[in-house]
Amino acid sequence: MAAPSSRGPALSLRVVAECGLSKARACELRLPHGPVLSPVFMPVGTQGTMKGITARQLEGLGCRICLGNTYHLGMRPGPELIKQANGLHGFMNWQQNLLTDSGGFQMVSLVELSEVTEEGVRFQSPYNGEEILLTPEKSIEIQNTLGSDIMMQLDDVVSSTVTGPRVEEAMYRSIRWLDRCIAANSKPDEQNLFAIIQGGLDPALRTKCLEEMTQRDVPGFAIGGLSGGEAKDHFWRMVTLSTDHLPRGKPRYLMGVGYATDLVVCVALGCDMFDCVFPTRTARFGSALVPWGSLPVKNKQFAKDFRPIDENCDCPTCRRYSRAFLHALVRSETVAMHLLTVHNIAYQLNLMRSIRESIVEQRFPQFVRDFMRTMYGSQERYPPWAVEALASVNITLE
Amino acid sequence: MTCRTLSRPGKRDAHAREAAGASQDVDTACQLTRMKLSLSKVVSGCRLGTLTNLGKNGVQTMELPGCLLYTKTGSPPHLTHDTLQAIKGVPAIVQLTLSTLVELHEVLEEYKEGIGKFIGMPESVLYCSLHDPGSPCPPGYNNNKTVSIWGYGGRMEMTASKFMSMQRALQPDWFQCLSDGDTISGETSRKRAKKSVDRSLFFLDECLQLQEKSPELQDSVMVGVIEGGDMLEERLRSARETAKRPVGGFLLDGFQGQAMAKETKLKLMASVTAELPEDKPRLIHGIGKPDEVLECIERGVDMFESSFPYQVTERGCALSFSYDYNPDPEAAVIKQNGIQDAGKNGTEKGINETSKADPEITSFEIFLKEKRYRDDFGPLVHGCTCYCCRNHSRAYVHHLLVTNELLAGVLLMMHNFQHYFSFFHSIRDALRDDRLDQLKKLIFRQAL
Ligand SMILES: [Zn+2]
Ligand SMILES: [Zn+2]
Repeated sequence: MAAPSSRGPALSLRVVAECGLSKARACELRLPHGPVLSPVFMPVGTQGTMKGITARQLEGLGCRICLGNTYHLGMRPGPELIKQANGLHGFMNWQQNLLTDSGGFQMVSLVELSEVTEEGVRFQSPYNGEEILLTPEKSIEIQNTLGSDIMMQLDDVVSSTVTGPRVEEAMYRSIRWLDRCIAANSKPDEQNLFAIIQGGLDPALRTKCLEEMTQRDVPGFAIGGLSGGEAKDHFWRMVTLSTDHLPRGKPRYLMGVGYATDLVVCVALGCDMFDCVFPTRTARFGSALVPWGSLPVKNKQFAKDFRPIDENCDCPTCRRYSRAFLHALVRSETVAMHLLTVHNIAYQLNLMRSIRESIVEQRFPQFVRDFMRTMYGSQERYPPWAVEALASVNITLE
Repeated sequence: MTCRTLSRPGKRDAHAREAAGASQDVDTACQLTRMKLSLSKVVSGCRLGTLTNLGKNGVQTMELPGCLLYTKTGSPPHLTHDTLQAIKGVPAIVQLTLSTLVELHEVLEEYKEGIGKFIGMPESVLYCSLHDPGSPCPPGYNNNKTVSIWGYGGRMEMTASKFMSMQRALQPDWFQCLSDGDTISGETSRKRAKKSVDRSLFFLDECLQLQEKSPELQDSVMVGVIEGGDMLEERLRSARETAKRPVGGFLLDGFQGQAMAKETKLKLMASVTAELPEDKPRLIHGIGKPDEVLECIERGVDMFESSFPYQVTERGCALSFSYDYNPDPEAAVIKQNGIQDAGKNGTEKGINETSKADPEITSFEIFLKEKRYRDDFGPLVHGCTCYCCRNHSRAYVHHLLVTNELLAGVLLMMHNFQHYFSFFHSIRDALRDDRLDQLKKLIFRQAL
């Protein structure tokens, strides 16, 4: 049992229920912009907007926390302007909670000419060619300006497929940068800084990182460096190793994970928070998420399909529009993307709500079995890694 | 307006009865054609009135002068049902365009329940026009048998029978009859103008005949189309002949575009409307700028469409003109600011080097991509009660435009629609209060 955070009242976590078999848990997070019930999926609003849907629509879907990307917002419109607008909440007029990343990941993945040193990440602005150095202090300064409820430390990101000494270097550097971030946070009472567990796919390095970081006084932890194309077998083992070492009293955020099966399995492994661009991105490519996978409404087979995307979904899209109409719109109208985005966010939030209810009602293992059957049909199609991961936390799928 | 004789009640009507739980009223089948236009005032050509008994249950009304709700592929651009609901003063009548729906012919035939339910607007009054007023068609493709329309897949030739078969699948409440309006691109010969009238009358007769034989369309009102290019006698002939037919309203076609001199246009319009019965609405497409709308209203036009605010949205602009002809002294200052703001458009050096202003930008709008809006935390228009202005700043919309975010189109469309619909509200108020001159002065001052 970890001691409550001494970093003021900006975050508290109450474990509401725990699964009797697995590591799944239902919690209530208290954040500056209201309570958040977990497990929770956080949609990604990269540039201060949730794609084509309004803040009111997003709220209407029940979203209580979403993401903004520090890298993008730091470039455009820039921290000075957001400061004038009373932070990102004010700028985008979002009354609920916000989580911002450190900006480091985007820099390394989006900007070709970036270089990591002990000082920070050096890169060239793709907008004006100017050389910029993002240090841990700078990242926190920007995030302090954005005013997010949860900030992420700057970490040294290495692709999860990289092996060797670079992984170790990045892990230790991330610990050092965490300390610099903690020291740089000028508003610990208003903004929560999360540490990011690194260590690649090496259990020893991850364990070391967990050991070090859990000694720091941070209000929450993220599991980083995963979901970058590594084998699922490695992925889930790193997740479960991490949650084994993380304190019960603090939230665990698994970064970049958002496929339905991954969410269900990783909740079973003890994670509370998730984010992913996939649901909103796939919507813009004309695909809807459904309990049995996905529905590419842009495909011709749906031209005369007059049913809603999902008969059991009560989102504003499914209540009013058919697959056939969405199919007709997808070709030329942006509104098709908005309607699919609404549905896909509703799908993610509903999935998490159902997971949570099942945990609270002590029937999570049965939920998982039903979920897998609906998603894959027969057991031969269950992904072996998921079966194994679930078995490791006592959920058998027979 | 009298009810056409009916062979048998339409299929959709049975649904309407079922839904409403209404008694088997013999009149029910005739609901739509009971549409009634009551004029409460006619001041120097301008008609103030109400269209009643609209829609499937005959309970909807629309105030005139007014505009239609513009859609593409059956959806208001950028807007879902929820975001449309947040707009105040949305017109009762939705404009569908055949050209953006033509590829759904087969789908709708199989669907059988009509376009209203298909697009998720079962409660709306639907009018279907031939072309998309937002995208003019290339000239030179019509002949005696067919009219070309441009869908997403390119040109499509419409015969009267194909056209009516499409209408049977759509089942709109109103529809523009097939017509040859290819007279708007520059010089039109007398012969071409005459042809446009002959063909359109021929199409009208053919379509009316086909309608008689279409049980699905017994409730639908056909809108006759006045053609004739810039030839007065052809325009008059078109108006007189069309008015003899059992149409529910009139579309003054061929006035869009810049080829015809404005004075000619306005004279022709006035002459045409003088020939038309008073008790039927007159529509016009492709004219949407506030000053031009007022000019048309003075020539007896009742209904416009709303592709103008859509085009404003597409070029990253917000309508900012004032239509408050009777402001209180305090608001006058703000309004004055608004006007100055609008007047400065495009002439400022403040335009972001990366974002080129659309040359189509009018003095009724502001271009939000301009750099000077980067840190402007005011609403798009002071005093505007739209969702965007109540919740967001110019700086935010500027940011969304600069970063190519989809929400820019959504927020601008919400503001621009509401602003435009309110303008029509203001026109009706001004007519009612005998203050149209003030409104006109205000609008024309901003047109410069
Ligand atoms: Zn849905
Ligand atoms: Zn507004």
